[in-house]
Amino acid sequence: MSERLVITGGTVVDQHGERRLDVRIADGCVVETAPSLTVDPSVEQHLDVAGYIVGPGFVDLHTHLREPGMTEAETIESGSKAAARGGYTAVVAMPNTDPTQDCVEVVEFVRQRGIEVGLCDVRPSGSITIGRAGERLTPFAELAAVGVHLFTDDGSGVQDDGLMRRALEYAGELGLILAQHCEVASLTRGAVMHEGECCSHLGLPGWPALAEELMVHRDIELVRLTGSPVHLLHLSTARSVELVRAAKADGLPVTAEATPHHISLTDESLRAFDARFKVNPPLRTMADVEAVRGGLADGTIDAIATDHAPHPTRTKERPLDEAPPGMLGLETSLGVARSVLGLDWQQLFALLSWQPAAIAGLDAVQGRPVVAGEPAHLVVIDPQAQWSVDPTQLASLSTNTPYVGMTLESRVRHTIFHGRPVVIDGMVNA
Amino acid sequence: MAERRHFRSIDEVGVDTIRRLLDLTDHMAEVSRRPNPKVPALRGRTICNLFFEDSTRTRMSFDTAAKRLSADTMTLAVGSSSVNKGESLRDTVETLSAMGVDAFVLRHRTAGTPWQIAQWTNAAIVNAGDGWHAHPTQALLDAYTIRTRLGGATSFDGLSVAIVGDVRHSRVARSVTQILTMLGADVRLVAPRTLLPPVPMAPTTHDLDDVVGDVDVLYLLRMQNERMGTGLVPGGTEYTDRFALTPARARQLRPDAMVMHPGPMNRGVEITVDPSTLGQSLILDQVTNGIAARMAVLFDLLGSSGTLEDGANV
Repeated sequence: MSERLVITGGTVVDQHGERRLDVRIADGCVVETAPSLTVDPSVEQHLDVAGYIVGPGFVDLHTHLREPGMTEAETIESGSKAAARGGYTAVVAMPNTDPTQDCVEVVEFVRQRGIEVGLCDVRPSGSITIGRAGERLTPFAELAAVGVHLFTDDGSGVQDDGLMRRALEYAGELGLILAQHCEVASLTRGAVMHEGECCSHLGLPGWPALAEELMVHRDIELVRLTGSPVHLLHLSTARSVELVRAAKADGLPVTAEATPHHISLTDESLRAFDARFKVNPPLRTMADVEAVRGGLADGTIDAIATDHAPHPTRTKERPLDEAPPGMLGLETSLGVARSVLGLDWQQLFALLSWQPAAIAGLDAVQGRPVVAGEPAHLVVIDPQAQWSVDPTQLASLSTNTPYVGMTLESRVRHTIFHGRPVVIDGMVNA
Repeated sequence: MAERRHFRSIDEVGVDTIRRLLDLTDHMAEVSRRPNPKVPALRGRTICNLFFEDSTRTRMSFDTAAKRLSADTMTLAVGSSSVNKGESLRDTVETLSAMGVDAFVLRHRTAGTPWQIAQWTNAAIVNAGDGWHAHPTQALLDAYTIRTRLGGATSFDGLSVAIVGDVRHSRVARSVTQILTMLGADVRLVAPRTLLPPVPMAPTTHDLDDVVGDVDVLYLLRMQNERMGTGLVPGGTEYTDRFALTPARARQLRPDAMVMHPGPMNRGVEITVDPSTLGQSLILDQVTNGIAARMAVLFDLLGSSGTLEDGANV
């Protein structure tokens, strides 16, 4: 079915800057842009977006879709809806499903299901090791042949230094990227929250910043040794940001991401003993929050990634040591980023769209400039919207958002995927 | 209606409530000394002891306190409960609540559970120990015990206290430090770095011998055998050599110093003298006062003024 659509009145933001443009879309692509386009209502749908921002759709490097295996928390369908409502036209699906995304069958299931749902580009990642057990390498080339580009054991870090070195050597020559969840497990046993004054007071076992920083440091040195690139997931500490900044200054192929929650919330949130604020890596101190914001502002950190981690309420109601870590992120990331980062629209789009697209190996199709001939994966944002988060109104099957009652700034109005408006006025157009 | 009050941590209730509870504990201690130590103050009230972690003495102390106030009690100890069949904390609390509970007395191995269960019941919550976090009735009874020894002093200004042992894993240490500091005492924590919280809540030293001769209160914590010979503390007698109240250290104590322990004592580990031979020991006073302190807390949450006297207004 050929969909034709004209978006008028918006301000286009992309790699080329910010300018007033109408956008005509046909057959899944942008076909024309001009300051003023006429609409033929007999064959074209019209979206009047006066005062809104139009840009390339967001790309999330870090989404837990939970399917296969944990469909009480989320499904590829519900997660795709959440992604589309958050302005995402592509998500990298994390491999810690059950079974693990460590073989062609599972990866293909996720990819195919994403295509069937058809609301965004679902790109399965692969695990670095079989079953994420940290022992034997996943068949990288086999998975690369079915489109997997990013490999990670996310949920845990690869503990074995020698194995990580070999994984980098092997993946690097295939042109693939390894993404690390930086956590030295021996330093975080039983940990519930950031190690510091707050955990000392609350009597909760601490997760020291050092556990992240040691692995960040190790992986940077392994990149120096092997020449293979590494992507560092969810940086949370000031020292981690420093280490990445220095690695980039040395010209090493290191990229990094930060989550919306690590730039907006601190360990003080745990004072109410609410497991919605339990996340891995944990919420840190205000000094860390400011350092991570600084890393996003100066280009040290390349992407905002959600680490969208749905969990059923019944598991978040468990005692804090048993409750699983993680929080929702897809539908709130833009609002949080806009509310806490003093960045202009082009900087925000760089962090949410084309830079993560490049890390995910999707830059030929996602995060493209809004010009004729490019695929029409677009997001339309109301920059003035003020809204508060109601967990019952989210598309996700789970409700574990930490932003309940918080007022966020700017909101996704429409999302265009393959030229089709999959979200209109904030509602999924299935 | 006023918001439901709880007794979950010392810092949550604050110094004014603590002073009021200390006065009330005094009153309850007087009740406990009567030939018939029972008042009808909480007749018709139901208190549920919800113990997800082994504790004989705290549970019995709460149970006795409730009975002296004429409350009805029910007790759920984890071994005999459906919790072992996978029932969630929420379901357990909601089910018991539906039976008509006015207060839950909760002991749980995880910090924060008294705050979590408060979402699922209208009953008052009394924290009988949550993980490493808080044990506020222990702190109240300890403060009362010290106050009584000091002749009813309302301020602990200038009182020098050393809390010795496994502070990191101790809810008692956190709550006792809070209450004594709140009342004006100078608290020092005596432990190796491995047994202190990442950011200690009071000044610290690892040298017990440096302080033992100066303190007004020597508060010993229980040291669990399974923590010795691990990455925290070497095995053998090293912990005892460095941190126990030994006969030699007992001789250095000031004659009026108070020796306290929350129990149960691990004899031969943190204490190698027989406390009954120490004139300074308040360990059994602590146990006795525990009942009065818990009566005070339960009455404060569930009673109404005027119902405390024998037979009055009931």
